[in-house]
Amino acid sequence: MIPIAWYLVLSGILFSIGVAAFLIKRNIITVFMSIELMLNAVNLTFIAFTRHWSQVTGHLQVSGQIFVFFVMVVAAAEAAVGLAIIIAVFRARNTLNVDQVDLMKL
Amino acid sequence: MTDLHLWLIPLVPFAGFLVNGLMGRKFPKALVTTVAIIASAIPMIQVATIVAKFSSLTLPHIENIGTWINTGTFHADFSFQLDQLTLVMLCVVTGVGFLIHVYSIGYMAEEEGYWRFFAYMNLFLFFMLTLVLAENFLLMFVGWEGVGLASYLLIGFYFTRDSAANAGKKAFIVNRIGDFGFLLAMFLLVQHFGSLSFKEVFTTIAAHPDWQGGFLTAIGLLLVLGATGKSAQIPLYIWLPDAMEGPTPVSALIHAATMVTAGVYMVARTHIIFDRSSVALLTVAVIGTATAFLAATIGMAQSDIKRVLAYSTVSQLGYMFLGCGVAAYSAGIFHLVTHAFFKALLFLGAGSVIHALSGEQDMRVMGGLRKKIPVTFWTMTAAVLAISGAPPLAGFVSKDEILYQAFVAPGPGKILWAIGLLTAGFTSFYMFRLWYMTFFGESRAPREFAAVHARRDTKLVIETEPAQKHHHEGHGVHESPKVMLIPLVILAILSVIGGAMGWPEGLGGGNWFSHFLAPAVKAVHMSYEQATVALTTTGQIANTPNESPAGSKQLEFILAIVSTLVAATGWLVAHIMYYKRPELPERFAAKARGVYALVANKYWVDEFYGAIVVTPVLFGARYLLNVLIDRGVIDGGSLAAGYTAQGFGALVARIQSGNIRSYAGWLALFAGVLLLASYFGWTAHFWAR
Repeated sequence: MIPIAWYLVLSGILFSIGVAAFLIKRNIITVFMSIELMLNAVNLTFIAFTRHWSQVTGHLQVSGQIFVFFVMVVAAAEAAVGLAIIIAVFRARNTLNVDQVDLMKL
Repeated sequence: MTDLHLWLIPLVPFAGFLVNGLMGRKFPKALVTTVAIIASAIPMIQVATIVAKFSSLTLPHIENIGTWINTGTFHADFSFQLDQLTLVMLCVVTGVGFLIHVYSIGYMAEEEGYWRFFAYMNLFLFFMLTLVLAENFLLMFVGWEGVGLASYLLIGFYFTRDSAANAGKKAFIVNRIGDFGFLLAMFLLVQHFGSLSFKEVFTTIAAHPDWQGGFLTAIGLLLVLGATGKSAQIPLYIWLPDAMEGPTPVSALIHAATMVTAGVYMVARTHIIFDRSSVALLTVAVIGTATAFLAATIGMAQSDIKRVLAYSTVSQLGYMFLGCGVAAYSAGIFHLVTHAFFKALLFLGAGSVIHALSGEQDMRVMGGLRKKIPVTFWTMTAAVLAISGAPPLAGFVSKDEILYQAFVAPGPGKILWAIGLLTAGFTSFYMFRLWYMTFFGESRAPREFAAVHARRDTKLVIETEPAQKHHHEGHGVHESPKVMLIPLVILAILSVIGGAMGWPEGLGGGNWFSHFLAPAVKAVHMSYEQATVALTTTGQIANTPNESPAGSKQLEFILAIVSTLVAATGWLVAHIMYYKRPELPERFAAKARGVYALVANKYWVDEFYGAIVVTPVLFGARYLLNVLIDRGVIDGGSLAAGYTAQGFGALVARIQSGNIRSYAGWLALFAGVLLLASYFGWTAHFWAR
């Protein structure tokens, strides 16, 4: 039986990698991927806690798993929209560098 | 109750104003004239019909048109009142007003803005008639302000000329000071009586014989302040001489015959308040006497024909105030009426002279006009005799009545009489001075005066006007057209015979005018005890007859002779100085240089006011209010608020760089802060519990 802490540590590591990548990388696709990484780190936490909670109470607890489905749905939608935006940006500006896509300022 | 449709009297001129004012610019001149003359003639005809059936009316006759203000306990209505006093004023305003309208047809014929002039004149009639017909203080105040407005518009008629525009402003602003007093008086009335209706206020006062002085004095003094503004008395008389910048018919109608007498009318109308306050009454008398004297002395040294007449008007208004101030209201009103005749005539005559000389107003370049403009000369002569107090002309009768009443008045009456008498001598002197300088001797005008002298008063160019070509021979002086001369003649007749209305009892007359006015303006002189007795025995206060002491007829006769002699002296001096030996005035002026300069410069009152009122106010407005308050505090405050917001915004705007990694960085930073805070802060807090 693997203790829950391991899952959480793994999740924390994955999330931190996602944050770091989001801050550091300039390529918008990579940034996008780091977001997915963060989302899935959170998903892992949900699953881990569901399992842990089921063992503690002795009943099957599904709310965490349901949440994960929501996250996956939103992530899918986000991926679709996000990729469309990326394509549009690339067509318009011929670059994928986020530092050069900074028109939305005062 | 018979319905006289009193509201029509003021409203017809108002309709004339609307028609001419809104559409007159496009009308032909004849149509403008027709509208204006009809609008001023209808009220006169209506007043005439009222005169015809006046004896059958129950007085005072009050007509209520509708409610104006109705708030809780206080209400003010559009209501008009007719009594003897109103009737007299109506006759003067409509009669003289109509004559001056007719005169203006000729005088203004060549002016630009002909329609504008007549529209304003009708507007003036509307407000003036509202003023005299009003049954409450508030409606009277509407007329009061309205005539001020019309006066402002007409003084500034030649608005392209700076001096005219400034004179208009001066008149308006100085009048505001007086109006302020009137307003305060109304506030006091509302506070103490809860009403502004003449009838209610006066009935309440009559029902309380124990009210003497006190707040009635305050009301009276504030009303006097209002009257000094409108009637050009000390300390607010300074606007009237400047008001001569307006066209001459305006000077005749507004600044001699009607509007400036509104203050006298107001004092007579509210005499019940003044009867209860000897202080207020004495103030009126003293102001009147001082003004009469001062203005007469100034008038002796002026060289502009209209300015002489202006100071003469101020002086004569002072007489009216003196009459009212010694509680002889009917005498004051009588002088108002006769003054309206002869002063309107003087102004119109002066206008005719100015017209004849194509705009010249300086008497020093006149002279020798007697033969050239005979009708003007003879009518002016009648007016000069009337105002100087030559018996039996109108001015003699009314002025003597006032002087006599001052003489028999208690208190400082004799002093007032003496000053008034001296002033009568001055009056006679400066009027004959004007007469001699204008009409006698040799013409002192440069040969081509029409070309040399800038036409200051008017832009009359008679020489180029074909319709009046037959009026002048060759170049220069010419008699005025008939339309101007007929009003002169009518007014001259009135000036000569007008005195018959109030021929004094001391000279075998009946003083009909005084008896006619008595129900409206008879002073209610009685002590507190008398009043209580009268109140308890008869249930109402009977007017105790204000007859003068016994043997007064002889006294009146003697006083009449004295004042006639004084007037004759004034004439004699003028005759010697300006006819027999014309070099005398200059020698006199050179010898008494100080006095002459003092008088010729009008006692430097304008300069004095300028120094103590205008300059500080302007300084305060320019530097204190403008620079410090407006630009410093108000502008500075709002600018500071704006700059603060802008600066803060600029600071915060840096966060929104548009750089997505920067956003993410901020987000991560604060998320980390939150994480640390929740771990250390909150957990520690939880553990502490």
